[in-house]
Amino acid sequence: MATVTFDHATRVYPGTERPAVDQLNLEIEDGEFLVLVGPSGCGKSTSLRMLAGLEDVNGGHIFIGDRDVTDVQPKDRDIAMVFQNYALYPHMSVADNMGFALKIAGTPKAEIRQRVEEAAKILDLVEYLDRKPKALSGGQRQRVAMGRAIVRQPQVFLMDEPLSNLDAKLRVQTRTQIASLQRRLGVTTVYVTHDQTEALTMGDRIAVLNHGVLQQVGTPREMYDRPNNVFVAGFIGSPAMNIGTFDVKDGKVQVGSAEVPLERSIASEISDADGGKVTLGFRPEALDPVAVGTAGSFDVEVNLVEELGSDAFVYGTLKGDTDVNLTAGETNQLIVRIDPRNVPDKGDVIAVAIQAGHSHVFSATTGERLG
Amino acid sequence: MVPMPQQNLQITAVAPDPALLDLPWDVPLAEWPDDVLAALPQGISRHVVRFVSHGGRVLAIKEIGETVAYREYELLRQLHRIEVPSVVPVGVITGRRAPDGERLEAVLLTEHLQFSLPYRALFSQDLRPDTATRLIDALAVLLVRLHLVGFYWGDVSLSNTLFRRDAETFAAYLVDAETGDMHRTLTNGQRNYDVDLARTNIIGELMDLSAGELLDEAVDEVAIGDALVERYQELWNALTGSEAFDSDDRWRVAARIERLNDLGFDVGELEITTDIDGTKVRIQPKVVDAGHHSRRLLRLTGLDVQENQARRMLNDLDSYRAATDRQNDQEQIVAHAWVRQVFRPTIDAVPRELRRKLEPAQLFHEILDHRWYISQQAQRDIPLPEAAESYVERVLRHRPDEDAVLGLAPGEADPADLE
Repeated sequence: MATVTFDHATRVYPGTERPAVDQLNLEIEDGEFLVLVGPSGCGKSTSLRMLAGLEDVNGGHIFIGDRDVTDVQPKDRDIAMVFQNYALYPHMSVADNMGFALKIAGTPKAEIRQRVEEAAKILDLVEYLDRKPKALSGGQRQRVAMGRAIVRQPQVFLMDEPLSNLDAKLRVQTRTQIASLQRRLGVTTVYVTHDQTEALTMGDRIAVLNHGVLQQVGTPREMYDRPNNVFVAGFIGSPAMNIGTFDVKDGKVQVGSAEVPLERSIASEISDADGGKVTLGFRPEALDPVAVGTAGSFDVEVNLVEELGSDAFVYGTLKGDTDVNLTAGETNQLIVRIDPRNVPDKGDVIAVAIQAGHSHVFSATTGERLG
Repeated sequence: MVPMPQQNLQITAVAPDPALLDLPWDVPLAEWPDDVLAALPQGISRHVVRFVSHGGRVLAIKEIGETVAYREYELLRQLHRIEVPSVVPVGVITGRRAPDGERLEAVLLTEHLQFSLPYRALFSQDLRPDTATRLIDALAVLLVRLHLVGFYWGDVSLSNTLFRRDAETFAAYLVDAETGDMHRTLTNGQRNYDVDLARTNIIGELMDLSAGELLDEAVDEVAIGDALVERYQELWNALTGSEAFDSDDRWRVAARIERLNDLGFDVGELEITTDIDGTKVRIQPKVVDAGHHSRRLLRLTGLDVQENQARRMLNDLDSYRAATDRQNDQEQIVAHAWVRQVFRPTIDAVPRELRRKLEPAQLFHEILDHRWYISQQAQRDIPLPEAAESYVERVLRHRPDEDAVLGLAPGEADPADLE
């Protein structure tokens, strides 16, 4: 088991100007489950493949433990790419399916059996060891594939979108299994996904990348509660955070008819370049419905209500502020979480107020968090 | 009453065939009725795969996540465009729903490669002791070709490959590109990882055959896996390595090109550098294209065949040229005469109903082999028509059809189930 360190690690593809991964600095603790997440092309898979030895490192270094592996061949790095190969061999027993790589490496039979049995215990596969894969369910087959990686006892597990080719049901099931299994094994794991929900539910910490640059790294709670910049704010959370750029007058942000007071320390960070504006973010669940006309509230015209049983969301338009560019993830509507037992109709106007202390303020020019 | 959700099928294909809509897309692939299926695959796959006969061809259908399906479809199209041996993608179908409204997985359709053989069929058929070695050689060539064009496979295995007979050897085709990636050039790390994974997978697959008692006990699985690594390295070095020599030895440039031609590759671009005083020359092939012999035969005759079949046919063309004393005639004209007087009549001598057994070029190769064999026995030169007749009666009639070797017939029990 080991730590993993990216030290100014950079990957530039031949013939391109912008690095695919730009000066990545990241320290992953021994036994930690770290998720690399970001939109397509952000550099997350490239970072993982640099660690795996599949991409050249054009600048900086990568360490596994104290060992500089920057120029070490993939098979000599003591890592395992989990789920790379999970086709099971029909004529071999489950035990042989798990242990065949050790057999190839010349590991003594007794030791193979011991390691396979240990892995099977953790994976709840003990009673199946001498059966053929045919007898297994889809989920159990997934676990055999994990078993293949576990018996090799690598220092680090690498997983690159391992759930992308599973159907939706198996995906959720396997997600939970991987996370709990990783905790039981305590093997340092780096996991790549484009899905922020997957990242939030699985990782000890999450590293968000965009355009090859690390935006922020932290626990799911930190990423959710205190995003460092507009990108992270918009990327983490589902439905996405409402984000818009508004005028500031007398230390108050003008959101429709509402005036949202800024803390003095935040207001003092607004620069001349910001031109008297800030970018304000507030999550759909940070909005409280109030009576129309309540001080500090703004009006939203309802375009659509999405009912999800336990939750309901209003997709609407901010009234009285026509030139503001407001988005929530992919949509340019404002999203409000409301009581699913009391939903408005399309075309209604509702008033909402941002809960105190639940707004996020960013520089209108740099997008960095203020305060 | 809530209306039953309808299927809203979307077909993405180069030439969408409306008749495809008649297949039972509202049923999970694993439950398709036998009467729709051509066969059940016997290979190892992590997804549900089925074969159907459709419009005169056999299609392989794989159930797979939507994004992965589109991705693999694009990759296969790309590989096909740059003429890397791979299965031909037909299309992607999404928007499937069962009658109860449940969403069904997207499917990727590929055309089944005619006259191709899965490795399992080769091992359970006429197992010659060197079959495994010849398969490994073919896979090494395919892997080198993929790496030359910048394709990282990510899951090289015998199961993800199909084989076609190519004279006395095999030609390998990529079947599954799900884990693949196209790059401008590959790093050594990517190549080595692919090769290492290939070794592990091949050994695993052979161990599986051995566990199913489908493999001769004398076969050393690990040695075969190691052979792939060795063959790959040899070929990669021969194709891409640089060599240096005295400037007086300039014949070595031509010798290198000839050596690559012998390996079946053309040199598209060769970098030649000299040192400052001009005494040393260094050469390194920069662009090499596989298919030296098959391209030459295609140019001369219009026949599109495998590399080693082409080599064999070109040799026969050379002997024809010598025998008919036409060395000074234009090569193309002689080649056309050869097709008319030698190749076609030989193939036509095979009764129509037996032609499904092998591809024409492979038939021709085997007839040439057979002629050599019976000529030896008879201690005289047997003419080709006589050899063809003898081949049909003594060999071909007793061989299985190889037009579409797929797996188990629908309804047939998998022998593995009987254990």
